[in-house]
Amino acid sequence: MSRPVLEVSNLGIDFGGLTAVNNLNLEVNEHEIVGLIGPNGAGKTTVFNMLTKVYEPSRGKILLDGKDIEKMNTVEVNKAGVARTFQNIRLFANLSVIDNVKAGMNNHCVYSVFDTLLHTRKRNDSEKAINEKAEELLKIFNLYENRNITASSLPYGAQRRLEIARALATEPKVLLLDEPAAGMNPQETDELMNTIRFVRDKFNICILLIEHDMSLVMNICERIYVLNYGTLLAKGSPDEIKNDERVIKAYLGD
Amino acid sequence: MTFLTYLISGLALGSVYAIIALGYTMVYGIAKMLNFAHGDIIMAGGYVAFFAFTKFGLGPFMSILLSVIVSTILGVVIERLAYRPLRQASSLSVLITAIGVSYFLQNTAQLLFGADTKIFPALLTEKSFTLFDGQLTISYLTIITIVTCIIIMIGLTTFINKTKIGKAMRACAEDKGAAQLMGINIDTTISITFAIGSGLAAIAAVLLCSTYPSLSPTLGSMPGIKAFTAAVFGGIGSIPGALLGGLLLGIIENLTKAYLSTQLSDAIVFAVLIVVLLIKPTGLLGKKENVKV
Amino acid sequence: MKNLINDLFGKKNRARTISFLMVIFAYILIEVLTKSIRMSRLFTSLLVPTCCYIILGLSLNLVVGFSGELSLGHAGFMAIGAFTAVCVSGLTSSVITNETLRLMLAVFVGGILSGLFGLIISVPVLKLSGDYLAIVTLAFGQIIKSLITNIYLGFDADSMQFSFVTNELNLNNGKMLLSGPMGATDTAKISNFTSGFVLILITLFIIYSLIDSRYGRAIMAARDNRIAAESIGINISRTKTLAFAISAVLAGLAGALYALNYSTLQPAKFDFNTSILVLVYVVFGGLGNINGTIVATTVLYILPELLRFLKDYRMLIYAIVLIVVMEITNSEKMKQFFDKGKNSIFKKGEDA
Repeated sequence: MSRPVLEVSNLGIDFGGLTAVNNLNLEVNEHEIVGLIGPNGAGKTTVFNMLTKVYEPSRGKILLDGKDIEKMNTVEVNKAGVARTFQNIRLFANLSVIDNVKAGMNNHCVYSVFDTLLHTRKRNDSEKAINEKAEELLKIFNLYENRNITASSLPYGAQRRLEIARALATEPKVLLLDEPAAGMNPQETDELMNTIRFVRDKFNICILLIEHDMSLVMNICERIYVLNYGTLLAKGSPDEIKNDERVIKAYLGD
Repeated sequence: MTFLTYLISGLALGSVYAIIALGYTMVYGIAKMLNFAHGDIIMAGGYVAFFAFTKFGLGPFMSILLSVIVSTILGVVIERLAYRPLRQASSLSVLITAIGVSYFLQNTAQLLFGADTKIFPALLTEKSFTLFDGQLTISYLTIITIVTCIIIMIGLTTFINKTKIGKAMRACAEDKGAAQLMGINIDTTISITFAIGSGLAAIAAVLLCSTYPSLSPTLGSMPGIKAFTAAVFGGIGSIPGALLGGLLLGIIENLTKAYLSTQLSDAIVFAVLIVVLLIKPTGLLGKKENVKV
Repeated sequence: MKNLINDLFGKKNRARTISFLMVIFAYILIEVLTKSIRMSRLFTSLLVPTCCYIILGLSLNLVVGFSGELSLGHAGFMAIGAFTAVCVSGLTSSVITNETLRLMLAVFVGGILSGLFGLIISVPVLKLSGDYLAIVTLAFGQIIKSLITNIYLGFDADSMQFSFVTNELNLNNGKMLLSGPMGATDTAKISNFTSGFVLILITLFIIYSLIDSRYGRAIMAARDNRIAAESIGINISRTKTLAFAISAVLAGLAGALYALNYSTLQPAKFDFNTSILVLVYVVFGGLGNINGTIVATTVLYILPELLRFLKDYRMLIYAIVLIVVMEITNSEKMKQFFDKGKNSIFKKGEDA
């Protein structure tokens, strides 16, 4: 049994009087790809928002590498090793493709404002290093050719890939992917699956992903959590989930 | 007693700010734009009332009515010609256009009426009454100003809540796209908003010029900025907020002038604004907007 | 050094190369013209203020264009730089007799002090955004103007004296540095076109260095998408504060240069209208467009001066130009027209 990187226990959040997520227990282990599925409005994205502290959870505990993230804000959670993508793509639309990735490396190139203004060696070396790293990432995601165009002019599928590349640039321990294959055609989805596996191995990270494309989820995920009305409906291997009565009922309705 | 005098005159000044602030807040709430030319509508209203009364010999009521009508038309025409074509443009472009309109109005006034300051006539009343054995003197103008503000507030709130147009305005403020799908004519609604705001500006102009009887092409700038501050103070987009912000601003300004320093009153008023925003980032009665992720 | 030159003039950034070449070329051209033929006094009197407003425009573009926050109080920063410089220059006039040296010192101190005030803005930046932050900058500018209007500062052989609100200075044959609403009087005019030119180059250098760094990327990322920027570990308030602070330093430099170009200067000069004027330059030049800011500022600053023959109609025409340009640049028909133009140039081959 490998070590859990992300451990969530009894997590819940209320909006006004409405309980959006309740009593959620979840863990993502080292080197694992875990799926988080469920019907629309089940609270999947809300879970991501709590994990990244965009929303403050009302209850429960989130441990990252055994450390409680209760006191952290979004920025600190990222520094601690959680990176994410967004369901409705959130790129830096006016920056070039490569600058989107370099922005992700902001906390990994340390030079001061004075280094910046004086163009010191430290600044130049650091810029050179992140430039190489960014180019390498773009090559993995098949974006290298387009590195100098503005992010908003990329096609939809490419924008989704760029978001993943940018998240990876922050050197996370856990990567949260919110519907990475949405809007992609089957061929693109296939390529994406390979890329996700590839980066998991190359950067030795674990991945939690929300997805509606069942072929992708069943193919790529080692374990799956099913969320319905904000609570955990089922968890298990893809085969177990596929044959779970409750899950089928939740998806197809009564 | 002197404190009470300052408080009451502060209340009157605040009432004027509140009436102007209503124009800012309604336009911001519905058209989502900072209409920097709003202050210059006040100036236009002031000149119309001035000429109607002194040159055309109209009575006070007719002068005010004419001023309201001309300002309303001016507001609607400005919206139609300058702002409506920019409905899809960035807010900065609209802001710059509003500034252009402001310059335009000021300079037109200067060409037409001259740059010199004119003395505004006692259009309403110069009389006053005393209370507490003559210790407290209150002018009728002060009472008129405060009462006018109260009437406008009640009238406007009823209009917004009860009438069909008022509901359309609230719908536009909430979500223009959805309002349009529900069959609300956005352009008409925005025109009406400008009409109401500009009409109110004319009333504010008469009250302001009666209190401080000097008329010049730049008359509207400072009250404009102050009223805008009042609108933000109370929570921009909120009608009760405009009232609260206007009154508080007027009282703070008057009391600072009386007890602290005339020269520093502006600095103190703006410092209070900053402090209020730091404590309540969307103003006293403003709504917090949630971003969906 | 080699790196630096490569950074500045390398192929990588064409806009940057154009900026520097444009400014250097304009400087040489004007210098040659003024040396060879007699230029009108109006023309030469416009040179230094134009430089100041270019720097101010670039400074504001950093906040509005690159950081995406509206500032309606930049004249406040300019005022701090201006009156600080007047004081520094006045105080040191007997010690530092070399005018260039004194100008450098005054401009430097003015910029630094203005930058410190820019840091104060970080307090509201932590909590506010959008229109509310814009209002705070407006209020900030008004407060600065109002405060300077009330400062009385002077010195004589024995002491330096200061009073607030009322003039209680008792100088023995001394010199007033700031006289309340009268502002600075009898200032030594030590600014010149060359210093303005050099300051523009420094400003350009600072801005381009910043943009092409991790700080610049963070500033622009925070502008484009706040939530995404936070999700990749960018501290929004810190980056916005940095943009404000550097912008304030630059505005302070511009103010210092401006103040030392006139023998008298009133605080009322730095009111809301001046802030707005510069905002107009920035929007006309294009948000985040440095060369656009330089050109727009030059044209829009000089235009009203050239229109002087129109007398009273001058500002009216200026207002109409503002409105018409905004309408045209934002009109759908014009956009379609330009897009069509682009298509006919670039997409000819594809249609065939």
